[in-house]
Amino acid sequence: MDIIHILRALEDGADGVYVAGCLEGECHFQTGNLKAKKRVQYVKGLLRDLGIEPERVEMYNMSAAQGGRFAEVAREMVDRIKKIGPSPLRGERGE
Amino acid sequence: MIVGEQKPFAEIVEMLKGFQKILVLGCGTCVTVCFAGGAKEVEILSSLIRMDRKKKGEPVEIVEKTLVRQCDPEYLQELSGSIGEYDAVLSMACGVGVNFLADTYANTVFLPALNTKFMGVTEEHGVWSERCAGCGQCILDMTGGLCPIARCSKGLFNGPCGGSVNGKCEISKDVDCVWQLIYDRLKGLNRLDKLDEIFPIKDWSASPHGGPRKIVREDLKV
Amino acid sequence: MKSGSSLERILESGQFAVTSECGPPKGTSGQVVKRKGELLKTCCDALNITDNQTAIVRMSSLSGCVLLRELGIEPVMQMVVRDRNRIAIQSDILGAVALGVRNLLCLSGDHQRFGNHPQAKGVYDIDSIQLIQTVKRMRDEKKFMNGEDISGDVPLYIGAAANPFADPFEFRVRRLAKKIKAGVDFIQTQGIFDVERFSRWMAMARDEGLHEKVHVLAGVIPIKSVGMARYMAKNVAGISVPRELVSRMEGAKDAKEEGLKIAIEIIEQVKEIEGVHGVHIMAVAWEDVVPRIVEEAGLMPRPIV
Repeated sequence: MDIIHILRALEDGADGVYVAGCLEGECHFQTGNLKAKKRVQYVKGLLRDLGIEPERVEMYNMSAAQGGRFAEVAREMVDRIKKIGPSPLRGERGE
Repeated sequence: MIVGEQKPFAEIVEMLKGFQKILVLGCGTCVTVCFAGGAKEVEILSSLIRMDRKKKGEPVEIVEKTLVRQCDPEYLQELSGSIGEYDAVLSMACGVGVNFLADTYANTVFLPALNTKFMGVTEEHGVWSERCAGCGQCILDMTGGLCPIARCSKGLFNGPCGGSVNGKCEISKDVDCVWQLIYDRLKGLNRLDKLDEIFPIKDWSASPHGGPRKIVREDLKV
Repeated sequence: MKSGSSLERILESGQFAVTSECGPPKGTSGQVVKRKGELLKTCCDALNITDNQTAIVRMSSLSGCVLLRELGIEPVMQMVVRDRNRIAIQSDILGAVALGVRNLLCLSGDHQRFGNHPQAKGVYDIDSIQLIQTVKRMRDEKKFMNGEDISGDVPLYIGAAANPFADPFEFRVRRLAKKIKAGVDFIQTQGIFDVERFSRWMAMARDEGLHEKVHVLAGVIPIKSVGMARYMAKNVAGISVPRELVSRMEGAKDAKEEGLKIAIEIIEQVKEIEGVHGVHIMAVAWEDVVPRIVEEAGLMPRPIV
């Protein structure tokens, strides 16, 4: 997971981005989810430098079988973003 | 390789104030290896600059490009056609590259995105440290291959000083005392007698202290 | 005689020497130095004036030495290589001799990071051992580092510091040998609290015959408070304070008195070690206590040479 993907999404006006990774210890690629976790933390730091709320980006862990968890996380993220408000990068497009 | 790290974002933003068409120019050699100024870093920094300007409502147009390196003229030549188009060029190369750009293109503003730190090694992924100070008169044959000029905080030639404790330098527990390392290495190689001789006083005229250095090889010149 | 200084004459005649030190002020008052000098005049054979110790800017050692000389006190000038290049070093040596300085302690200096100007450029053109070599050449061959002749004599008794408590332990004595080879005449050690370890270091030095080639003055730092004991035990690279001493200070009714007692005990113990030819008392911000230490350690009166 390259951090540029997260940044591009935000640049294009996304109000929030979350990364869903496998449960820790169950990554098919061994450490992919751990690296992703570190990179998400790094992006939060970049957002702070920009003066944008770091909560707009988050990392969640779940297994592919956890449909319920997936929905739960989606709701959680939406609620969080609703509280913070739209991204300051929305511009005129308003998407 | 030359190791550097990106300047704090706020500093970069400040440098770019007022410039609208900006070339963010990466380097494919040393700074790619230390993840400070390669193509990926160009992408990321460009994205951040655009986001910052968008947030402030200030326009910016960023062109992203990475050269193989910025310290050889043939690569800088690739910019000759377009260089006049930019208000400023943010070079993500080490200080060498920024200098060379400035030497080569007289009428462009060149800004350094990096703080160039040292000549060093990758200790492990994500960790780099200094090994050579470029003193111009290598003494590594006398110190078991480990450099006290680059790695002793006081640059001692007959170290260690009295502040070396448990193999650590007095300035910080995170810094190894290189004289302890030199001692251990020479002991292991059975060459400890090298440390009984008083190291000759350094000729600093071959170092940056003697003035900017240049090497000319007549046999290689065209 | 290499310099003719009192310190040299006392040590060369086989007598036990006592030196101490004065920290100059962070200001321009010569009176501060003179007051400390007057206090320590009769209980010490010579007094060191520190050189921007711990990289904190203070009045220079050379000027402090001149102020002491005005009172008839013998100074030991200290010179760190952190702040001067070889040009300034040799220049200051010529000036020091012209102004009557006859003892010079050659040091590396604490890293500038520790001081009050941590952004300063550290010089370290030559190191402390190369400095010893340089002074010796100036004195014995009357030559500058570059081989040119010096007009006039350079009578200086050459000192250096030694730290029996730094690492690598087994290399410390070899480093002492190096300083002797470079030309050092006397050594003032770092403050000793672990007498046993110091004793082992002296034994190793004696094994190499070094005690016959250099005069070792054992460093003694009187502990003023429990806080000071704990601080030194924890924070000062190169000082080793045994747990028992910290406990003694913690349990003492009167910390200063206990600190004094400890200092006197240490002096009495190191005096008995073969090869120790004196003590160097470093009473940081507590110079007033030195006359009493010297008295109660049985080292008064000082010899007149």
